[in-house]
Amino acid sequence: MASTQTAAAGHEKYYVPESSSLAVRATIGLVMTVFGAGLLLNDMTFGDPEASTNSKWVLYIGLAFFAFTLASWFRITIKENLQGLNSAQLNHSYVLGMFWFIFSEVMFFAAFFGALFYVRQLAGPWLAGEGEGGRMNGLLWPGFEFAWPPVTTPQEAVGGVDAQAIANNGIFGTSERSMAFADAHHWYQWLPMWNTLVLLSSSFTVHVAHTALLKDQRGKFNLWLGITVGLGIFFLFLQAAEYYEAYAHFGLTLNSGIYGSTFFMLTGFHGFHVAMGMTMLLIQLIRSVKNKHFTASDHFGFEASSWYWHFVDVVWVFLFLFVYIL
Amino acid sequence: MGDHHHGPAKGLSRWLFTTNHKDIGTMYLWFSFAMFILGGAFAMIIRAELFQPGMQLVEPGFFNQMTTLHGLVMVFGAIMPSFVGLANWMIPMMIGAPDMALPRMNNWSFWILPPGFLMLASTLFMEGGAPAFGWTFYAPLSTTYAAPSVTFFIFAIHILGVSSIMGSINIIATVMNMRAPGMTYMKMPLFVWTWLITAFLLVAVMPVLAGAVTMMLMDIHFGTSFFSAAGGGDPVLFQHIFWFFGHPEVYIIILPAFGVVSQIIPAFSRKPLFGYASMVYATAAIAFLSFIVWAHHMYTVGMPVAGELFFMYATMLIAVPTGVKVFNWISTMWRGALSFETPMLFCIGFLVLFTIGGFTGLMLSIAPADFQYHDTYFVVAHFHYVMVAGAVFSMTAAVYYWLPKWSGRMYNENMGKIHFWVSFIGFNITFFPQHFVGLAGMPRRIPDYALQFADFNMMSSIGAFIYGASQILFLYNVIATIVSGKRVTDDRVWDGAEGLEWTVATPAPYHTFEVPPAIDPTPAHG
Amino acid sequence: MSFGNIIRALAGPVLAFASAAVFGQGNQVNMAKGVTEVGAEIYDLHMLILWICVVIGVGVFSVMFYSIIYHRKSRGHEPAQFHESTKVEIAWTVVPFLILIGMAVPATSTLLEAYNTDDAEIDILVTGYQWKWKYEYLDENGENVSFFSNLSTPQSEIYNSQTKGENYLLEVDEPVVIPVDTKVRFLLTANDVIHSWWVPEIAVKKDAIPGFINEAWTKVPEQGIYRGQCTELCGAYHGFMPVEVHAVSREEYDAWLAAKRADKVAQAAAASQALSLDELMAKGEAVYNAQCMACHGMNGEGGVGKAIAGSPVALGDIGRHLDVGIKGVAGTAMQAFGGQMSDVDMAAVITYQRNAFGNNTGDIVQPSDVVNHKKG
Ligand code: HEA
Ligand code: HEA
Ligand code: HEC
Ligand code: CUA
Ligand SMILES: [Cu+2]
Repeated sequence: MASTQTAAAGHEKYYVPESSSLAVRATIGLVMTVFGAGLLLNDMTFGDPEASTNSKWVLYIGLAFFAFTLASWFRITIKENLQGLNSAQLNHSYVLGMFWFIFSEVMFFAAFFGALFYVRQLAGPWLAGEGEGGRMNGLLWPGFEFAWPPVTTPQEAVGGVDAQAIANNGIFGTSERSMAFADAHHWYQWLPMWNTLVLLSSSFTVHVAHTALLKDQRGKFNLWLGITVGLGIFFLFLQAAEYYEAYAHFGLTLNSGIYGSTFFMLTGFHGFHVAMGMTMLLIQLIRSVKNKHFTASDHFGFEASSWYWHFVDVVWVFLFLFVYIL
Repeated sequence: MGDHHHGPAKGLSRWLFTTNHKDIGTMYLWFSFAMFILGGAFAMIIRAELFQPGMQLVEPGFFNQMTTLHGLVMVFGAIMPSFVGLANWMIPMMIGAPDMALPRMNNWSFWILPPGFLMLASTLFMEGGAPAFGWTFYAPLSTTYAAPSVTFFIFAIHILGVSSIMGSINIIATVMNMRAPGMTYMKMPLFVWTWLITAFLLVAVMPVLAGAVTMMLMDIHFGTSFFSAAGGGDPVLFQHIFWFFGHPEVYIIILPAFGVVSQIIPAFSRKPLFGYASMVYATAAIAFLSFIVWAHHMYTVGMPVAGELFFMYATMLIAVPTGVKVFNWISTMWRGALSFETPMLFCIGFLVLFTIGGFTGLMLSIAPADFQYHDTYFVVAHFHYVMVAGAVFSMTAAVYYWLPKWSGRMYNENMGKIHFWVSFIGFNITFFPQHFVGLAGMPRRIPDYALQFADFNMMSSIGAFIYGASQILFLYNVIATIVSGKRVTDDRVWDGAEGLEWTVATPAPYHTFEVPPAIDPTPAHG
Repeated sequence: MSFGNIIRALAGPVLAFASAAVFGQGNQVNMAKGVTEVGAEIYDLHMLILWICVVIGVGVFSVMFYSIIYHRKSRGHEPAQFHESTKVEIAWTVVPFLILIGMAVPATSTLLEAYNTDDAEIDILVTGYQWKWKYEYLDENGENVSFFSNLSTPQSEIYNSQTKGENYLLEVDEPVVIPVDTKVRFLLTANDVIHSWWVPEIAVKKDAIPGFINEAWTKVPEQGIYRGQCTELCGAYHGFMPVEVHAVSREEYDAWLAAKRADKVAQAAAASQALSLDELMAKGEAVYNAQCMACHGMNGEGGVGKAIAGSPVALGDIGRHLDVGIKGVAGTAMQAFGGQMSDVDMAAVITYQRNAFGNNTGDIVQPSDVVNHKKG
């Protein structure tokens, strides 16, 4: 081998794993999942809902396989760490990986927040015939007035699909009530506020758990991590209650125009991320309780999950502000 | 375990299960070439239909499917993976790392691509046909008015997005964490720099694209109204989100190309790169600006005039850092000792033609003038100048430049030169006349056109066949080199080549830099 | 590598230019100058930027080719080793910036001009449909005149069984008519997907977006016929929805408008008459071919739309069939045609669908049935 491959002194060796079937298995799982989901959606929307039972199975099997593969992937990674194969440098790669993964998630939410701001600041007023971009829109949607939360959709304002001057792409209903903060007297009945409290305190409890871990107090760590997971589950429960109320009592659905669209997409994806973060923390809890994993100096699995949890929390603060309050 | 690295495993499992950056790089490169041929085949159908006025070969609906798939396959299947492949091969070798930072994830990033594209291509055989709404898939043509196959298109985009995000996270982690001691940021080869910045762009915008297609999915299947005015949404919202991704995307395509050119021109000028630091800053400036210019694709959607002006000024500004790059390359050549092997020829071709494409870009950025250019063949000419003569030419140059290091064998120089000249001439015959028909008023994405456009279209089609045929030469040359090329004995291969990759054996051993190399403490570039 | 190769490097573009000159006469290679003021301004702007770019390009490439010719290794040139110079780097950052400012100034003023839609005398609402344009002349008294404008190039020309006419693909059955020397404002919208209304010679291109209205304007100084096309991909027949503007004298315009109004009255009267099956079938076939065939196929076999041949709707209840024709099917490409065609045409096309393609129901739908159905 050639010339200048002299080693720089004092450098640890980087662990490059042997070849592994994980990636290919995960691919099979992922592709089956999305393919099944595609089949299912198309059967339901365009085709024959009966056929969807079959496509469902493609989805379920794919999903199960995918989840199973990911689980063994993480198990192997943990094992390698326990065997001491990971250098400090490799651990730093994991840190960077997690950080930039969270950044990409931030950008995903940014797209939906962007949509929210756009319809509220620009599209809505234009549809109501206001401002430079919509001077003449009164021709199309006479009587439509813009407000947030909206009182009607443009389509309803003109009297439904049949009375629309143009374009019949869709049927939208309107919420009878929005989820915004309306009634100061019943603030204690207002779920989003409780959700905020729950999630903020969970960020605090996970921090307490972290501090305990740094002091090697396993009992305290387990306790506070357990409380965090519990709060996460409670949050999801409250959100489910809120959705139920929205559908059952307020008539606020995915179909009820842009308010329902932005509301459910933003809070829904957030809720999904809470569920993921909660699962991640739960796994860390199990690892700690059952296997006595983690030490004061080596606990990246927990740390990454807690970053994720803080990220989910910050997103909620923005949601609370822009979806519920303002 | 881990201590005794050996050569590659045998057979198929080597490729399926590999965690080696060189294997994965190789797979990316071959995959992207396959996609280039597929996308090229679609382009040939387009050009054949447009050979003469009147409907000749295909139905209008099918023509739109070809246009759409051509754009998607070329951008997401050919260009992007090809540069990711190059990054995989070269970045660890250029910064003195043993491999990519996260090798198993690296393998996963690659392996989800082929099934993703398989899913995209399979839409051709679905009821209602493949996506036919252009690679920009504007709603509501891509939602309410699309064929059911759009669902699979959406999921395919999701998969490609996941692949790109994982790939870029890996590149970021590698560059930030795996540099050999002494390899400071300002000593990294420019190719590494441009890829680092490209990876940031990717991590920032691919999730936004995922958001856009997710909203489409919801509008199609769950009755939301993001892109429907009747429910309070706005079709133009889709365009804003798409181009917030789409414009940075075009720089994602070109920045690694800039990196390649910045490696090759100094090598064949036998002179260090001029203005290394300003190259880095210019790349960063381009990346920054790329986030605030997206609406120059939307001058005709009826934005308020203040928005129109803002995006026009911001767009024009990009000419400044790009100009810095062009001037630096030329200054690198200035008073060097130039020689013109195939990689250099492609770089010079790049320099000339990309600059022309940049100029037409600047013309497009002038909002009132764009009212006349928009959605005509003038735009098509612009972006093929920057993407084919820009990205594809530089990628070709990269293959010729590094192939001897990869394979340990030299390609056939004469054939390489012929490939260049036929490509260069074929390319210009194809796309230069498109400026004319575009200015004269021929819209893009049409299967049939008015009679006054006939002559130039015929010329363009002939050029396309020439350019396409020249790629066969390329494919042959590469395969012949790998199989039976003349062995290279010198590790450096090119007498002017600089960088760590040239210090390892030729062909590059399966594992390089298992221990970090010592880096020359004197500044490499300045 | 010889000098000859460099000549060949230049050959590509030169060849293209040369052949442009040879094909010559018939082939326009530049932007239309435009007959309107804004059009002329845009043309001048275009030429200005183009020439600046050409000059910069010539400068940059000259330096490069000088280097390629004189600084080659084969001539024994020894490489210099300089690799930076703050001074020149600042210069080539600042100078392009200044040039850009020079470009931005005229660009801004032209843009502001193009955006000034105030004080228009005539408002025309232009609605894009898959794949035709609807023009509606807005009138303060509510006496709006409206009509559809379809491609009139026959299929036989498109499918090469007949020689193509001079205005192949750029001709319509009913052009939009505007008076000269009058500021006309176009209000653009669309019924289904996004279209874009473009006439190069009057330099108007604006997207027509469903649910929103965009504005554009023109003031044409010369009588004449100006042709253009839809420039936003809008589905299969995007290439087949041209625009044809006739700019005429004020008198001609007024006469034309009066005739259109009279037409409207006559049509309303026609709706009360009963027609025979043969009459309805003949008319229905024409309407079907113009309006429905694109989606439902030449033989009712379907395509974008469902098959009409054997369709349960076409063979079933007449009321339901009328419903689909008049109101469309929400959420699909099947539009509400009730507002798009006269009651006579609607009656004819429904009758036609119920009796053609092997749908032998024998049903007759009269214009009065359509009127009654619309009333509910
Ligand atoms: C590799 C990809 C790539 C690159 C690098 C670029 C580079 C640029 N592009 Fe291009 N563009 C595309 C890919 C790319 N583009 C694609 C794919 C589309 C169409 C998408 C679709 O609709 O399908 C498009 C469309 C497009 C449009 C929209 C047109 C329309 O639809 O109406 C515009 C408008 O502003 C534009 C502008 C520019 C500008 C200003 C640059 C600048 O970066 C160029 C800068 C370079 C130079 C200017 C030359 C070098 C500089 C000098 C020598 C310095 C001195 C010069 C001066 C001071 C003049 N591009
Ligand atoms: C980087 C991206 C890229 C690349 C490389 C290309 C390459 C080419 N493109 Fe591309 N093109 C786009 C990106 C790209 N394009 C995009 C984004 C659009 C817009 C789509 C839209 O409107 O939505 C577009 C649109 C577009 C149009 C306009 C279509 C329309 O508006 O309807 C046309 C028309 O001429 C065209 C032509 C070509 C041609 C002739 C090539 C040629 O360079 C291709 C040459 C390559 C080959 C021909 C394959 C080579 C291989 C062989 C032939 C060897 C085979 C041998 C064996 C198998 C042994 N393209
Ligand atoms: C732009 C495309 C398009 C055009 C033009 C069009 N249709 Fe349709 N049509 C459709 C689509 C799509 C459907 C299917 C709707 C659904 O999913 O139920 C349809 C369905 C129908 C049906 C119901 C068929 C069935 O079996 O359910 C009838 C009847 C019909 N169209 C009549 C017409 C008439 C009459 C015209 C012309 C005046 C016309 N269509 C023009 C797209 C079109
Ligand atoms: Cu209408 Cu394109
Ligand atoms: Cu752009």
